[in-house]
Amino acid sequence: MGKQFTGIDIGSRTIKLVVVDEKGEIVLSLQTDTSFDPIFEAKKLLNGVHCDGIIATGYGRNLFEIAFDAPTVTEIKAHAIGARALFPDARTVLDIGGQDSKAIALFEDGRVRKFEMNDRCAAGTGKFLEIMARTLGFTIEDFGREALLAETDLNISSMCTVFAESEVTSLIAKGENRREIARGLHASVIRRAAGMIQRVANGGDIVFTGGVAKNTCMQKMLSEKLGRNVLVAADPQQVGALGAALLVAKKMNIIR
Amino acid sequence: MTADYRLMWTNLGLDLNAHDALLAVLGKAYQEIYLSQKNRPDAMGYFDFVMSEVHGLRIKELLDEKAAGRKIIGSYCVFVPEEIVLAANATLVGLCSGADFATENVEKLLPRNTCALIKSSFGFKVGKVCPYLESADMIVGENTCDGKKKAYETLGHLVKNLYVMDLPQVKSEQGKALLRAEYGRFKAAVEKLTSATVTPESLKKAILTVNAKRAAIHRLSSLRKADPTPISGLDALLANQVFFYDNPARFTESVNKLCDELEKRVKDKTGVFPEKTPRILVSGCPQAVPNWKLPLIVETSGAVIVGEESCVGERGTRNLTDESGETIEEMMEDIVDRYFQVDCAIFTPNPDRLNHIEEMVKAFKADGVIHYGLQFCQPYLMESIPVEKALEEKGIPCLRIETDYSMEDVGQLKTRVEAFIEQLR
Repeated sequence: MGKQFTGIDIGSRTIKLVVVDEKGEIVLSLQTDTSFDPIFEAKKLLNGVHCDGIIATGYGRNLFEIAFDAPTVTEIKAHAIGARALFPDARTVLDIGGQDSKAIALFEDGRVRKFEMNDRCAAGTGKFLEIMARTLGFTIEDFGREALLAETDLNISSMCTVFAESEVTSLIAKGENRREIARGLHASVIRRAAGMIQRVANGGDIVFTGGVAKNTCMQKMLSEKLGRNVLVAADPQQVGALGAALLVAKKMNIIR
Repeated sequence: MTADYRLMWTNLGLDLNAHDALLAVLGKAYQEIYLSQKNRPDAMGYFDFVMSEVHGLRIKELLDEKAAGRKIIGSYCVFVPEEIVLAANATLVGLCSGADFATENVEKLLPRNTCALIKSSFGFKVGKVCPYLESADMIVGENTCDGKKKAYETLGHLVKNLYVMDLPQVKSEQGKALLRAEYGRFKAAVEKLTSATVTPESLKKAILTVNAKRAAIHRLSSLRKADPTPISGLDALLANQVFFYDNPARFTESVNKLCDELEKRVKDKTGVFPEKTPRILVSGCPQAVPNWKLPLIVETSGAVIVGEESCVGERGTRNLTDESGETIEEMMEDIVDRYFQVDCAIFTPNPDRLNHIEEMVKAFKADGVIHYGLQFCQPYLMESIPVEKALEEKGIPCLRIETDYSMEDVGQLKTRVEAFIEQLR
């Protein structure tokens, strides 16, 4: 058996693990909830995984670094590497995760040129969508699909999770169509994400990563809003872990 | 600290319980942030001592000076000319404004969206925890940003002797005339306070004293150009912060002693971090004691800070006052000339600052610039956008951050700073 390299992405909502081989091909891809004890969950996930090197990323990377004496990389670089591995020409990456969102511009050779990150609160992130879906009685899996069925989007002016939730509640009370409210919420997240992207890079395809990239309404609206192609991996949530795994192999000079 | 100090603090009117709590937090932070650093120069021992006695021995010295007839003047800004203060037989101290304190009470007096620095200065007053403020015979407020100038209207009701200095906002002849007039008015006010007269001899001596202090800092800065850098950004910032508190002559001597040691380090090519560690220039708002948040994040994320384009740093100490003046009029004019060059963001337009940032990037061989903005600090946040743009056009990576004194965004900031450092490697 050849060498194997692992990337672990400890996010606010889920922990992702990807193992690649010497060619950089994915041989294992796992995911679990972060819970209140991320290190315990990480250990469980790593149990039985053969690996010749590991790098941690995600907001829990420093916890992992202490517990496992492993090197770390920021989510920004990890998503950049992962996105480039899947889409070699990519120059712009949008990652929307559980509690933060980032727009990343790359140089032609794939290095990070510039990035923007949301401020301290959860506005415009996966958590925001999750809470709004619940308020409207949708599952997070159905949320995007239902929103796409709406013919128009209701304007939601607040980006703050707390204020937007009360705004949504009052729209429900007015008897507004919940799919239209849902679509409005998607539009408000997209406005924010589009702003971040435009601050770092104009033009070219956008690789959309993170859990929120699974949402088909988000994909469609992002592309429409910016008039740019949006590329999404088969499992966009694993892109950060993939990037970290590839970085291990790069550091060991196995792949370029 | 000894019991003598407790009596001293009580006499100054401090809230002993609150003050104990503050010192406990400060002591712990200092231990964790400063004393845990590796490869520190031995001469930093002096600054460790100063910090351990910052509310103790130094205050006792100031009270002894007062007993001997000197006056103490507190200031919040690098535009308050120390030369005039010293020449009129008074001592100038910088006032505490680098930590959140008594925030709930402060927000009864100031809007919530006021910058952390202004809130902090109020917090130390309403929380009764700053012995410098309570020792001061005069407190100088200065009309820099809107936040400060309006806050002084309220501060005037909280402190005994607030003196407000007006400042120009445009670098024109009229602007300079205003500064000249204001420094003249300030000189008269200090003379009235101390009942001393500024003489050509006393003013000359004061100019030399303050210049020596600045020259020592220039020497320190210049040693940070070496790779590996012989001193951490945290330690160099501390020296720049102590600049505002310490006895000037002793400070100068201590910084020069530190520089002697650093010179040896540079010659031996020993440093605090390995050679080729990414080098960062911090530019923007002042970082007052004990605001060590950003340098701590940067220097525990694999980079080193090599310069501060800041009031607590180069902006505050950049130029010397011309030493050739003989008459009071000549020397006052030299002082005006010196301070009028300070490139504070309250000036409009303010092209000198951008030039200085670019000069510093070159001189200190910085790989990137972190623009440090305090939330709600309009002048610096406004400038941060054109600064970033200009640097990017020159191919110099720039990260703009906007933060305050709280710890709630440390995780987020660390991710951004780490990603920025990855960008520089």
